[in-house]
Amino acid sequence: MGHMIRNEPSLSLHIPQPKCRPGDRVDFSTLDLPAAGEARRPDVDTHPDEMHDMAYGLIRVLDDEGRAVGPWDPKLDGQTLRKGLRNMLLTRIFDDRMYRAQRQGKTSFYMKCTGEEAISCAQSLVLHHDDMCFPTYRQQGMLISRGYPIVDMMNQIYNNARDPLKGHQLPILYSARDYGFFTISGNLGTQFPQAVGWAMASAYKGDSRIASAYIGDGSTATMDFHHALTFAAVYRAPVLLNIVNNQWAISSFQGIAGGEATTFAARAIGYGLPALRVDGNDFLAVHAATEWAAERARSNRGATVIEFYTYRVAGHSTSDDPSKYRPADEAEKWPLGDPIERLKQHLIVRGEWSQEDHQALEAELDAEVRAAAKEAESIGTLGKSMPSPKAIFEHVFKEPDWRHIRQRQEAGI
Amino acid sequence: MATMTMIQALNSAMDVMMERDPNVLVMGEDVGYFGGVFRVTEGLQKKYGLTRCFDTPIAEGGIVATAIGMGAYGIRPVVEIQFADYIFPAYDQLVSEAARIRYRSGGEFWCPITVRSPYGGGIFGGQTHSQSPEAIFAHVSGLKTVIPSNPYDAKGLLIASIEDDDPVIFLEPKRLYNGPFNGHHEEAVVPWSQHPMSEVPEDHYVVPLGKAKIVREGGDVTVLAYGTMVHVALAAVAESGIDGEVIDLRTIVPVDIEAIVASVKKTGRCVIVHEATRTAGFGAELSALVQENCFYHLEAPIERVTGYDTPYPHAFEWEYFVGPARVIAALERVMED
Repeated sequence: MGHMIRNEPSLSLHIPQPKCRPGDRVDFSTLDLPAAGEARRPDVDTHPDEMHDMAYGLIRVLDDEGRAVGPWDPKLDGQTLRKGLRNMLLTRIFDDRMYRAQRQGKTSFYMKCTGEEAISCAQSLVLHHDDMCFPTYRQQGMLISRGYPIVDMMNQIYNNARDPLKGHQLPILYSARDYGFFTISGNLGTQFPQAVGWAMASAYKGDSRIASAYIGDGSTATMDFHHALTFAAVYRAPVLLNIVNNQWAISSFQGIAGGEATTFAARAIGYGLPALRVDGNDFLAVHAATEWAAERARSNRGATVIEFYTYRVAGHSTSDDPSKYRPADEAEKWPLGDPIERLKQHLIVRGEWSQEDHQALEAELDAEVRAAAKEAESIGTLGKSMPSPKAIFEHVFKEPDWRHIRQRQEAGI
Repeated sequence: MATMTMIQALNSAMDVMMERDPNVLVMGEDVGYFGGVFRVTEGLQKKYGLTRCFDTPIAEGGIVATAIGMGAYGIRPVVEIQFADYIFPAYDQLVSEAARIRYRSGGEFWCPITVRSPYGGGIFGGQTHSQSPEAIFAHVSGLKTVIPSNPYDAKGLLIASIEDDDPVIFLEPKRLYNGPFNGHHEEAVVPWSQHPMSEVPEDHYVVPLGKAKIVREGGDVTVLAYGTMVHVALAAVAESGIDGEVIDLRTIVPVDIEAIVASVKKTGRCVIVHEATRTAGFGAELSALVQENCFYHLEAPIERVTGYDTPYPHAFEWEYFVGPARVIAALERVMED
């Protein structure tokens, strides 16, 4: 049977494409970036229907000169800001060191969070130590900020005899219950609704702890994302639903996840949830937005969706080569700058930091990471040292069943 | 002691656990005010309040995911998936998450959730209300899978599952909810009150996970079954005149290897019965275990009587459903050798 011929235009299929590919001149001129200080700050008890504009704007506090401006200025003291700067810098130095370690064959895999440090490091200052974070693999800054020993992160990355996860998990998929850091899955998106369940449990028990969940722009397409927003809205769960929009999901730009048509923050509107859209490279803006959402959650007003607008400076992982799909200089042209440089500039403008202070801190943190690496490597790098192979059969269940006992015997372990 | 249907026994198990442990809660589609489409959670919301037994959105993946988060907090959620046929949207959360959280965190986090779901055929439910997906859970390390065959076991096993610190898939043979069923669909329906296993203590007791039960001793052939097929197997043995030893596995992971091996070594023959499709069904695993552990005691090839490798066809309920006639034929084949 043939098609009927009609006098109508042919349909065409739209495949989203990023503006620039390798070799193109980077052009961010079409990005709509409101000026720092421009976004209004609704009261924490504002009804979600009365703040739809916040899902399309951008909360920015630091202006181009490094001054804190507008109603979202969290008015933090110098000591707090220096702590945040230190945590961001330590995260970056740690990342660089472990990236090199992978290149040197000391481990199989690594993922950096370069450019995204402000998100986890600023949030850590707002959230309580016993609030639970449900991270992706790019929130190592949270673990570092919460004081988890970096040598144990390295032991995990090397899967050596002191690996806290006993060799069970891919490098960087940490777990640290005592630091409010939920075991990282590696399957994208699954933690988002789990965080909602954890928050529901806290509310069920009448406790005061809240959860903070993370997901990338790409993974907002998963069913887990929509489950999380649905359940969070239905049960008014005390949870922060953070979308880290770093523009890239491996090689797919955010338009492939639906970012062309609207913002990721705007997803919240259909669920009746409040949304904030935040400059993710602005430490102060991240801090202020997180405080707003945390206060809302703690006062039993439920969840907030926060889109952190940022840029993934590094490759997706050590297995990725971003020069194959985006211009090499795209990262340095990102119009919202670098979170560490911007906070540093702000502290200098305030007269609470100097170039010399910064260099001294860099040297100190570099030595700290170097010492930790030396300690971890003295135990062993991947394959040179490992936990007891008995661990293969442990923690499948609380107690091994006959299969684990029998298979362990068969393996001669 | 009280006389209970399987529905009442399961309800009693949750009631007992909610009474004993404030961390036990019940959630699922229609389980709250209405009490579930099969009435298994009836009265729990009224007795324990809105937050302890509540309705969820129609999102099985979201139900299991939030239950996992609750489990990590220290809650023991008992989740109802309305039909096992609807469990697949939750498969990723069960397989990649619930089953792995203890292992991947080196024992730091765990997830004591119980996922209840009516399963199996014999109710004219067609392909979306009759499936038996137990093997796809049995294949996953980190999940336990339990299937009761009568009210007494249902209550004791459900309590054991809720108290277990690992995730348990609890499949309820929905054809057995209101009475035992031996496959003779042409005969009058029998209520549980006429069956000795409907005598159920009203208080707390446990039927341990991983322990099978010999429901009929015999010397000629071992029949391995679970769920509705236990009753079908008993009928087939009785009608065949063959002295079959019928074992109700009750838990398929971990399976009671000792009970299976002891019985097959005694009888030298083995017939495996399940409703699920044959290929890579749990019967394949049972057959392999029997062969590995009892080969020199076997006097005949192991027989499997299972669902056909097709979707469940609505119009052909009784042609598809494994009834006593097919089991008798298998018993007779193994006795020929």
